[in-house]
Amino acid sequence: MRTETRHEHFQQPSLIGNVLRRLHIDIPLFVGLVLTSSLSLIILYSAGGQDMGVLSRQATRMLMAFSLMILLAQVNPAQFKRFSAGLFGLGIFLLLAVLIMGTIGKGAQRWLDLGFMKFQPSEIIKITTPMMIAWYLSEHPLPPKSKHLFIAVLLILVPTLLIAKQPDLGTAILVASAGAGVLFFAGLSWRFILAIVGVLASLAPIIWHFMIPYQKARVITLLNPEADPLGKGYHIIQSKIAIGSGGIYGKGWTGSTQSELNFLPESHTDFIFAVFAEEFGLFGCLGLLTLYLFIIGRCLYIAVQAQDIYCRLLASSLAFTFFVYVFVNIGMVIGILPVVGVPLPLISYGGTSAVTLQCSFGILMSIHTHRKLLPR
Amino acid sequence: MPSRSYPMRDKFLEERLFLNRIVAAFITIAVLTSGLIVRLIYLQIVGHIHYATLAKENSIKIIPLVPTRGMIYDRRGRVLAENTQTFKLEITPDKIGDTPGNLNETLLRLQKLLNIPDEKIEQFHKLRARQKRFAPTTLLTNMSNDEMVKFAVVRPYFPGVDIKTHLVRNYPFKELSAHVVGYVGRINEKELKSLPIAEYGGSTYIGKLGIESSYEAILHGKTGYAEMETNVQARALKTLNEVDPIAGANLYLTLDMDLQKTAYDALDKFNGAVVAIEIKTGGVLVFASRPGFDPNPFVSGIGSAEYKALTSSDDQPLYNRALRGLYPPGSTVKPFIALAGLEYEAISKQTRLHCPGFYQLPNDKHRFRDWKKTGHGSVGMNEAITQSCDVYFYRLANLLGIERMHNFMQRMGFGEKTGIDLIGEKAGIYPSKDWKLKEKKQRWYPGETLITGIGQGFTLVTPLQLARATATLANKGSVVTPFLVDKIVAAAATTKGPETHKDNLNLNASNVSSIFSAMVNVVHGAGGTAKSIGHGINYQIAGKTGTAQVFNIKQGAKYNERSIGFKLHDHALFISFAPADNPQIAVAVIAEHGGHGGSVAAPIAAKVIKQFLGGNGENRNPP
Repeated sequence: MRTETRHEHFQQPSLIGNVLRRLHIDIPLFVGLVLTSSLSLIILYSAGGQDMGVLSRQATRMLMAFSLMILLAQVNPAQFKRFSAGLFGLGIFLLLAVLIMGTIGKGAQRWLDLGFMKFQPSEIIKITTPMMIAWYLSEHPLPPKSKHLFIAVLLILVPTLLIAKQPDLGTAILVASAGAGVLFFAGLSWRFILAIVGVLASLAPIIWHFMIPYQKARVITLLNPEADPLGKGYHIIQSKIAIGSGGIYGKGWTGSTQSELNFLPESHTDFIFAVFAEEFGLFGCLGLLTLYLFIIGRCLYIAVQAQDIYCRLLASSLAFTFFVYVFVNIGMVIGILPVVGVPLPLISYGGTSAVTLQCSFGILMSIHTHRKLLPR
Repeated sequence: MPSRSYPMRDKFLEERLFLNRIVAAFITIAVLTSGLIVRLIYLQIVGHIHYATLAKENSIKIIPLVPTRGMIYDRRGRVLAENTQTFKLEITPDKIGDTPGNLNETLLRLQKLLNIPDEKIEQFHKLRARQKRFAPTTLLTNMSNDEMVKFAVVRPYFPGVDIKTHLVRNYPFKELSAHVVGYVGRINEKELKSLPIAEYGGSTYIGKLGIESSYEAILHGKTGYAEMETNVQARALKTLNEVDPIAGANLYLTLDMDLQKTAYDALDKFNGAVVAIEIKTGGVLVFASRPGFDPNPFVSGIGSAEYKALTSSDDQPLYNRALRGLYPPGSTVKPFIALAGLEYEAISKQTRLHCPGFYQLPNDKHRFRDWKKTGHGSVGMNEAITQSCDVYFYRLANLLGIERMHNFMQRMGFGEKTGIDLIGEKAGIYPSKDWKLKEKKQRWYPGETLITGIGQGFTLVTPLQLARATATLANKGSVVTPFLVDKIVAAAATTKGPETHKDNLNLNASNVSSIFSAMVNVVHGAGGTAKSIGHGINYQIAGKTGTAQVFNIKQGAKYNERSIGFKLHDHALFISFAPADNPQIAVAVIAEHGGHGGSVAAPIAAKVIKQFLGGNGENRNPP
């Protein structure tokens, strides 16, 4: 039994430390997030064509996201647990609303127009799905029984399929992996995991059959981008050129010719990692991965430190999802995964996903800072 | 791993299970991250040079800077080919607006405003398909003043539509110079493959014919280039390095457009060719082929109907008769055969032969007829040439034999290209035993020697060859090589035209002067076949008429030009040089279906000579 309290970390609490603690902010995680966000602004200045407008919009969004994070950190995790099912239900309702009356955005139905702002319900579901599954499983002894597993899988499939239908493969993968993450951390048996992997592998041809042509094209493109260098393979080829030409040390900040001259599409959103790799080289990439691993490590530490099952499952799942985010994005940019629309977390230009991410970090901080300082 | 159900929560078990999973997750994350790192190492270290090269190629484009094409002038500086500024109407789809509807609507409005035929709109769509959206596409070339004014007034209502100036090749003398100067045209796919990309990357036009084609490399100039940094749409952002183009050199031809016009006009209703050579230099003064054609439509792309009209015309205006037309030389070869006879000592100047109006080979019934049915009686060499006695030359040919005739005539330039600086020249035919064996797979018959002696049979010559042989004769055996480009004037230096070889046939001077006096008699003698042209000048013209059969007359039949169609009339030929005592100019004329050399071809040559030398025989055009 451990009895540590967070006060042990700080022998002489500083003024800032005190303020942050009172705000329920986990300092190591906060420092990691601030560092990553600053890096985001630095790369965006270069990748976005040195447009101060892009920079100020991103900074505004970051401030909003950080505020939301701090706000959520104040909420007692018990409240999250209480409203898990309700929030999940709301998310599903909004997804259905999008299907029915969503406006077309980028060829896919993802956006809900609220009049004053556009909004993607799939972002809410990214957090509410692990909350729901964590709540459901924590209500029963672990590891989960088959019956509970079955229901949990169903609960994951509903939002996943609704999002995949939009179609937004990237978000669907993130939602599914958030839910699956909870199952994994809840102690889903290895045999069951292997069975699922086996079933999925054998289902691959059938899934292929049901895939939308553009999704198929992305898989083909991954396997052989040079087959269509000016069409579907263009993204991957140009992105590989950007990364490879960066070399070990990179071309230096704002030295990316690939994005500067617009050879690299979406260089400030989904493909920003290519610009980063071109400008900062292999050393920069290792640094960024280290920063990500630090954040993930801290989140897993928070999960381990959490005091009830719900918090543990939710925290570990959110941490794992964050990694999936990083892996899927970098994997696609360096050409080992198909192109799916997943941004590089905390770095890519764009609003909704950044806000959702910071919300999940807010929840993590809430879990960590609301522990009872008593031995269990 | 426990998998059975637990009725009660076992907190310790749950926590251990969870920690196990955290460790498993950590290992998964570590493995996957290693995968990313391995891939990054592969791209950024192993593949670095490869990708760095690709990145550079991506962003730097070489843009060719096209040189201005050299001008072409005649010997007195009159412009034969120039680059004129014309106006074209261009549309930049990018600037009109986004939808294809906007473009179509703009096109419709323009069509109404400027009466643009549908054909041009179609052509525009074809061109546009090959272009980037931000690149302007030409709708109209060569806009008239009227069209310019009409458009200028409403220009503000047509965003994305602009009038641009560009240089277009123009040939002011049109059909008069077409067969010499030729024309440029758009580079076609086939040419593009064989051309050096570095030189022609930006060029639109290339010489297709005539001087434009023969002197393409000199006229074109040297393409410069600009190294531009470009973005993905290939839009240039900034110039990194620039090498200026070097304009093509200007060409000054030996041609005299005044004489050329005189010759062309003199041919009048006849198709044919006139070639005049300045004897002392070899410079071609007249190179006329009638009919000519207007080369200007070929520059921007001739319409198919217009082209078909040219190619299907019976007169074959695209055919360069002076360079490529092959005609039997007829009696115009007689001075040369006579000279061969003297040079080989097969006959002497004094030898007189009897002409009964026909000639028969021993042991052969076939009668080789003279053009004069009653015969010329007793003729010496001078009369034989003056009166163009066929029988004399049948006998002379028989005495010479085909091999000696072939050898001599080949030295005079028959059956060989003259080496003029124009592409596409025909060599013609001067037959020999070997030639017949090789080409016809037959042995040579003695009768063929006879008709070769009067310029019939297998012999085929170009007007250029005829003029050149005449010039060589007039030059007393010093071989004249014709050429058209006198001076090449580049910014750096002025150079001479083509090198001409200076062969000498080493002819006997007294033999030559005998031939000269016979040829003077043709024009100035009492019985000369071209005596109509010898008036009003104080110098002498030496000449020889010829009539080339197009139509084989059967044995015993009579040729009656009134009874047969014009197209079967004989070709009229005339060769000449003047002044006879100091030859300056040699002229060969062929008037297709002209009938008689003396009455049709000789006056044409006389006009050229008289204009060139003037009444008193002074050369107005010193070299």
